[in-house]
Parts: sequence; structure tokens; C-alpha cells
Amino acid sequence: MSTEFNQDFFTLFGIAPGFHLDPLALETAYHDLQTRVHPDRFAHLSDADKRVSMQWATRINEAYRTLKNPLSRAQYVLLLKGVDTATESNTAMPPAFLMEQMEWREAVQEARAGEDVDELDKLLARLRHQHAGVVGEIERDIDRTRDYHAAAAAVRRLMFLEKLQHDILDAIESLET
Amino acid sequence: MALLQIAEPGMSTEPHQHRLAVGIDLGTTNSLVATVRNGIAVCINDEQGRALLPSIVHYKPEGAVDVGWQAQGAQAQDPRNAIVSVKRFMGRGLRDVAHVESMPYDFVDAEGMVRLRTVQGIKSPVEISADILKVLRTRAEASLGGELTGAVITVPAYFDDAQRQATKDAARLAGLNVLRLLNEPTAAAIAYGLDNGAEGVYAVFDLGGGTFDISILRLSRGVFEVLATNGNAALGGDDFDHRLFCWVLDNAKIAPPSVEDARMLLMKSRSAKEQLSANTEVPIFAKLQSGERIELAITRDAFVDITQNLVGKTLAPTRKALRDAGLEPKDVKGVVMVGGATRMPHIQRAIGDFFGQEPLTNLDPDKVVALGAAIQANVLAGNRKAEDDWLLLDVIPLSLGLETMGGLTEKVITRNSTIPIAKAQEFTTYKDGQTAMAFHVVQGERELVSDCRSLARFELRGIPPMVAGAARIRVTFQVDADGLLSVAAREMSSGVEASVTVKPSYGLTDDEIAGMLRSGADHAREDMEARKLREYQVEAGRLIDATEAALAEDARLLAADERTAIDRMLARLRTLAAGSDAAALSAAIAEANHATTDFAARRMDQSVRRALAGQKLDELKV
Repeated sequence: MSTEFNQDFFTLFGIAPGFHLDPLALETAYHDLQTRVHPDRFAHLSDADKRVSMQWATRINEAYRTLKNPLSRAQYVLLLKGVDTATESNTAMPPAFLMEQMEWREAVQEARAGEDVDELDKLLARLRHQHAGVVGEIERDIDRTRDYHAAAAAVRRLMFLEKLQHDILDAIESLET
Repeated sequence: MALLQIAEPGMSTEPHQHRLAVGIDLGTTNSLVATVRNGIAVCINDEQGRALLPSIVHYKPEGAVDVGWQAQGAQAQDPRNAIVSVKRFMGRGLRDVAHVESMPYDFVDAEGMVRLRTVQGIKSPVEISADILKVLRTRAEASLGGELTGAVITVPAYFDDAQRQATKDAARLAGLNVLRLLNEPTAAAIAYGLDNGAEGVYAVFDLGGGTFDISILRLSRGVFEVLATNGNAALGGDDFDHRLFCWVLDNAKIAPPSVEDARMLLMKSRSAKEQLSANTEVPIFAKLQSGERIELAITRDAFVDITQNLVGKTLAPTRKALRDAGLEPKDVKGVVMVGGATRMPHIQRAIGDFFGQEPLTNLDPDKVVALGAAIQANVLAGNRKAEDDWLLLDVIPLSLGLETMGGLTEKVITRNSTIPIAKAQEFTTYKDGQTAMAFHVVQGERELVSDCRSLARFELRGIPPMVAGAARIRVTFQVDADGLLSVAAREMSSGVEASVTVKPSYGLTDDEIAGMLRSGADHAREDMEARKLREYQVEAGRLIDATEAALAEDARLLAADERTAIDRMLARLRTLAAGSDAAALSAAIAEANHATTDFAARRMDQSVRRALAGQKLDELKV
């Protein structure tokens, strides 16, 4: 594919690379690009046009999905900086954090066993608060102090929190059905 | 200096050249066809002025097929051959269909999609649906005075891959060029949103004859973005009829009815249900074949009582959709009600209570989906005007994954991802020297494969022998704008590739479709070869037009020799299209599509560069 197609997601959307971004600017760029490349524009044209359109629309959706979510955005920025958070799997997680994780899991299991949706909702709210705190750390580490290894460590903690959040939502869903 | 008008892709270059396109709502109970006339979406009525076509197909012994109102009378007299609610069978196995025991049909017990034995032979739901679509197509072509360029067919948002593919196959059998499969609630949102200049978050609650969808959309500055969708592809007005039917059987204290009586009582139940929306008590009178009489009356309260848990079944998906969208009921600005079943007052009340607001019922719940599809079809066919500059971003309703060891599902694409989407996942061998790998593609949210829908199986062969765990098999899932999946697998170190388009476990193979096309009564009369040639000619014409329009705008993106090659190819297409060699023309079309791929890619690059340069579509100048 062309150079345009393969350029990094920030260049693709014409926004400054970094962790902090303006969600509205991202969304506007996303909509502008999709308006040009989306398969709905090419439905009456040749198969070649349709194929190129689907590849582009797929790429732009991937770029938007990656940049919109703080965790995947942080991973992507770090990857551009040469730090692969996926390969540096959970080595050296702080013991205090691991301990806290175990406590979280127990609390979720207990609420699930007790079919206590209200408690699960409360846990979710607390977790979201903690999540926001870690996102703040990542922003500081990447954009201000440029300490990418500290950022990678924070990203790994964020992965734990997202997994936990997912489990709580699962628990709520299973209790409601 | 004069400004040149630049036509963007998708905008019609010649305003007078209007392509005939329709939107079709292929419903469980009723189907409709609509089009855009003079800028306004309208339903196309039959000769008696009726927009609705009952989705009933009656196969008669002498070979005739009645569809719609004509077939309605046959329901009680010849229930085995008068098929209703066929949509419930699309892409489904016999075991998936609810209330099989009370259905009058002669089901064929076989693997894969349900089939029905009729007086005209064994019919797949795809063929039965195609018979409905053919009537709508004929109606549209007669009304519009020409052959259709294409159609947008609506499907429930919660339809899985097998159900979508079955719908597309049915359209193909009916001779329709499918421009897009469009989700029903999204179609309704287009019709409602464009009409009312709506901005903000809207919920579309769509309870049809046999399917339920809830979609949460954000409408902003001409973008319709589906945030989340959920539903139940086997819940609808039919189930309310069935509850009432069971109530009648219980209260009438009769022996188990014959299939004819059962069908008649079900029709009476449906009619009583409809009347209960306006009345608080409705009588049910019937005379059975045995001469026995049924004289009952049902109150609205009793009806609410026996159907309340069906209403409850719509709330869990609604909650899930909101949660997936990251929203609460109070964030929703309006609730659009779609589908005939939303006329029931207790449905409206339950939804009003849930969202804390009166649902919007000022549009015709039967027609709004077809109208939205017509608006989309008009744009997709290339009749886009400057003011049609809106964009639709839809999602995949159910997660897609692969079976891994121990019967577990590995999700590759998660539900509510915006389409089109592609994702790759790597797998490895578990035995030394393993040279083949089997894949089982499934759809659903559950952890166990046995709790998900089986979509297809395929095999990758010819993996070079390696120690266990050394091979790297990359499986790529691509979901297109119709929500349809194709899967490709490749061993990364050797490059061995196995590419498959998902052929659903509950679907038809290409050969079966080809066989149905050949045996179709319509086509028996027509010479197959001549028909094929004509299709290729239409396609060649479309390709020539599109390429010429592209050359007129962007010829400077081509080097001289590339331009010569494309010109030569166009000349060849023209010559072959005027002749009668279908095979040569088909080959030339394939070649031309290949030859113009680079040009298409360069034009797209240019368009993307312009977006980056901050140029809006309407500011483009030369």
C-alpha cells in the first residue's frame, strides 16, 4: 500500500503525536476522513474502488479505535518510541499493587456470589477513579517527564485495571440476565 | 479564471442521470419497497394502493406461487404450503427455531439451514424469501419504469453472519444487485434523523414480527454513529400472538387442534392482539373443523399479564446496549419506536418508564425502515447530491472468534466494533511436525464454543513440519460494511495461505445458489447464457463510466504509459461489451478491475491528503 496508507495514526489524523489529545479534534478528523473513504461512497463504482475503500475505511477505524482509548493510545505512543509494552510482560509489578489486585478480585467474587449488583456498581465507580489516576500518571510520564519506562509500567497496571473492569461488567451482566 | 466543479466520488457527475434504486424492508410479517422520488422517500404501493406486502408465500400444486395478500387466505386452508414468518428460519437450524411443534410445516430433518417440504419440492428459507423479494422487485420496476441499479436490503441489527448471508443470497436469487445490507434500526434513524434535523443521542427500539433490536446512536453534524446495538433475533410480535394462542387453547378447553385449526386460531389471536391496542376487551369467536365453537373474550389486563415477561425480555438487551455505549437512560434525547409490535400500549409504557420519557411515536412504525433504506439506496447508487453529505458508521452486533483447545472461544473481533474492521490473531501448532490446522469460526459472547453460533469451519494445509509451537499461523478476520465476515489464514514463516469466505454452517454453498439460479422458474424461460452476458454488459458499462469519470478528474495521477494501458483496456471492454462472448467479457472485467487498482489507490491517497490539508469537500478548487 501507499505511503499515505502506512503513515502513523497521528499523521493520518493530522494531530500532534503524544498521549494527551483533544477528543473533539480526533473525532472531527475521523469523521472527515471516513466521509472521504467510506465504502458507502463507492458502492456504485468498480470493484477496485470498493476494495481500496474498504481497506482505507478499515485502517481509519483501527486508527481511531487505537487513539480513542487511553490504554491502546499509550501502548501505541510507546511503540512509536520503541517501547513494546506487550513483550515486556508483567515483570516487576510492585508487590503492593499485586496485593491490591488480589483484594479487588476477592471483593468482586464476593459481590458476585452474594448477587449484589449495587456493590458491584460501587466497585466499578471506585475502579474508574483509580483508572483515571493511572491515566494521569501515563500522561505525565509520556508528555512531560518523557520517562517511557515508567509509562510502560503504568500501562501494565492499567491493563490489570481494565481486565478487572471487564470482569465486574461481566458479573453485573450475568446477574442481570 | 473559471472554477471547475470537482465531483467527489459518490456524487453524481451528471445530474440528469438518475439511477433507479430501492430500499427493501424484508420483514417477518410484512415487507415493503421504497424509493426516493423527486428528493422525497416514498413507499411504492401495489396496484390496489397498498404499501405492505404480507410476507406469506403460497406454493400451489399446479406450480404457481402466490405471494402476499393473495397467499393470505391460504394460511388456514393449506398451512403446509403457505409459509409465513420465513425470516425466522433464515440462517437457522431446525433446533434453533422456537415453537416448531405448533408449526404446520413439513420440516426436512437435515444438517444446516432448515428446509421445508412443499407441494413444489423442498424449499430453503432463502428461496422462499427470494420469492417475496421478486414480487417487490417487479412492483418497483413497473412503478419506476426500468431496471433497478441496486437495492438496499434491511436486516435486524442483531442478525448474525449466517442470517445476513442468507438475506444477501435471497436477494441474489431474486436478481437484485445488493448495494448494502442495512441494519433496520439504523435505517429508521436515518429516516427520522434527516427528517427532523436531530442531533444528540437517540435510542431506536425496534420490535418487529419476529425480531427485536435496540440501537443507541449519536447523531452529530451529519454523522450517524451507532454506539452500540443489542437485541434478540428470535423475539417479536409473533411471540405475543403465540402466548395469546396458548391462552385461547387453555381457556377454550378443546382437544389439540388440527394444523388448519391451529393456524386459524393463531390468526384470530393476532387479530385480537392488534385490537387490544385500541380496546380494553376483545371477543374471540371461532368455529373448528369438528363443528365445535369457541366463544371467549380477553381483556387488555389479561393480555398484559400473559405477555409481561416478553416485554421484560426487551429490557435486558436495552440495558446492555446502553452500558456498552457507556451511557445511562437520562443521556438519551429521544426514543424512536419502530416495528408494528411497538403499537402495544404496555410496550410503550415499559420503554417510557425505562427511559423516563415518552417514546416518539409520530412516525409510521411499519414504513420508517423501508424509507430509511430507500434514502441510503439512493445515495449508494450514486445519486448523491451536495446536501446528502451525511455519513453512516455502523457496528457489528456480536463478537466473532475462533475455537481454541478445550472448546473455548478466543474472541478476535468484539461486539459493537465499528465496521469495516479487520483483526489478526496468531496461533501455533501443538504437535511436532503438524502440517495442517483446522479452524472453527464462531459468533457470540459466551466463553464456551458450544454456547456460541457456529459460522464455518476451514482448514489450513501444507504447513512446513516444525517443532510444536514454532509455526506462526496468522488468522485475519475482515468484516465488511454489510457486516459480513471473511477469514484468511497464513503461516507466516512459509507464506502458505488458505483463504476462505465464510460459508456458514447454516448457509448455502455457492454451488447450491448456482443450482437454485438455474432451476428458478424465472430463468428457465430465459437463456442462462444470454442473461449472464447481459449482466456482464451492465457491469462493463458501470466500469467504463466509473473509469472515465475518474480519468476526467485525476488523469494527471497517471504516467503516460499507464494512461495508455487504461485507455487500451477501456477500448477492449467496449468492443467485448458490444459482442456476445460472455467468458471473454468477464475476463476483461476482472483484468480491468485489477489494472485500475493502483489508480484507485492513488486517487484515494489524494483524497486523504486533501483531508489532511484541512480542505473541506465544498472548498475544493483547482
